[in-house]
Amino acid sequence: MEKCKAIVMKSVDNVATAVEDLPAGYEVNFTVNGEAVALLLKDNIPFGHKFAIKPITQTAKVMKYGEPIGAASENIEAGRHVHVHNMGGLRGRGDLQA
Amino acid sequence: MEFMGYCRPDGSVGIRNHVLVMPTVVCANQVARGISLNVKGTTWFEHQHGCSQLAPDAAQTARALIGHGAHPNVYGVIVVGLGCEVVRAQEVAAEIKKRCPYKPVQLVIIQDEGGSYRAIQAGATAAHHMVLAASLLKREPVDAGQLILGTECGGSDACSGIAANPALGAASDLLVDLGGTSVLAETPELIGAEHIIAERAVNEEVRQKCYNTIKAFEASAIAMGVDMRGGNPTPGNIEGGLSSIEEKSLGCVYKGGSRPLQAVIDWAEAITKKGLIYMDTPGNDIEQLTGMVAGGCQIAVFTTGRGTPTGSPITPTIKVASNTAMYEKMQDNMDINAGTVVTGDETIEQVGQRILDEMLAVASGKLTKAEVLGHNDFGIWRIAPTM
Repeated sequence: MEKCKAIVMKSVDNVATAVEDLPAGYEVNFTVNGEAVALLLKDNIPFGHKFAIKPITQTAKVMKYGEPIGAASENIEAGRHVHVHNMGGLRGRGDLQA
Repeated sequence: MEFMGYCRPDGSVGIRNHVLVMPTVVCANQVARGISLNVKGTTWFEHQHGCSQLAPDAAQTARALIGHGAHPNVYGVIVVGLGCEVVRAQEVAAEIKKRCPYKPVQLVIIQDEGGSYRAIQAGATAAHHMVLAASLLKREPVDAGQLILGTECGGSDACSGIAANPALGAASDLLVDLGGTSVLAETPELIGAEHIIAERAVNEEVRQKCYNTIKAFEASAIAMGVDMRGGNPTPGNIEGGLSSIEEKSLGCVYKGGSRPLQAVIDWAEAITKKGLIYMDTPGNDIEQLTGMVAGGCQIAVFTTGRGTPTGSPITPTIKVASNTAMYEKMQDNMDINAGTVVTGDETIEQVGQRILDEMLAVASGKLTKAEVLGHNDFGIWRIAPTM
């Protein structure tokens, strides 16, 4: 069996974490709650970085480990790289205080 | 389960038998270095503090220094002061001696000795005797429950939360179940994950203290009026795939395993309870490590994704790589590879057991890579401005 190239931590997560450098156009296989999923990547995903496994609308929570890790700052399609360019954390945001 | 340790007369157990040369103020660093360079078998550190500090801040600095001098891994200590500073070497030495009446403690005050060379001679003569006396001590079998583990993550990447920290958490659970103590720290790296640790508190008081400690830290970051990101998570964390402090924290909290939280204590406060403890420390790797050691951790396990060489001068610091690529690239520095969890070659539980086995071996005398490199990293967490 092919080694898993991406890991989804909990079933409510809307991102997976790549455990290898994965190129755009690659169809990545991973499991969610034991079920096999295949997804076409639309961006290059570096080792350790996240990609959306479902569409995430702007301002919606990005979920990893079954918990919110921030919110999308734009609409994100499934298969897109999710990182500081299109999501922001919600904690420790002194820049958002009036 | 047992390891071979040094049984001190007060019942505490050390896993090393250091003769420590300790400057209590920045001005004494060079003399401390000179003493240590002249006596093979001593360890020393330097720091930038000890003077021009307001009372509560000075007390915290003193607490860290006393904690190192009174530490069970330390056979004897040379306390080096200048003579005019705020954190007085005389008081630090007296407090160490009060806590550990059996421990050789030598005070060297540069101004009293009459300058640097005379101070180095006085300190080196005392250290020389201590190293000879320390060499007569033998290790004895000790129950693994005597271990107090400091857990740490630094230079984290996305694999830290997937592999290394969960494996360390598994080892933490094993140690707690054996009757030992495990310390979780790094308060900013619990922001976003506080409920995961707080809801395991043994009572309401501990639970509230947990939430309040983390909230206070976040408030201090927000008061600066900037996004924490870039300061914590760091640029290296971000390159490694971590996008927010919450994501980092959710990966970090795994280090604490799953056992109940017994107490919440201050930076460098003496660890007195068994089980899982949370110590309030900054995320800064060195200040965190220093606080945990000062509190009494005889051993530390430090996970890293980007790779860091650091280690305490007196507490062996085992490095666990979160990914195989970095483990293979930084072989000078990494003791254990947890990257096998990422590739599916080992389970979290298997790596957790390997970490515990390594802890027992290091406790019995096996050297860590950081020790062989001579790391003596020491950092004081300042809580007030310098005057």
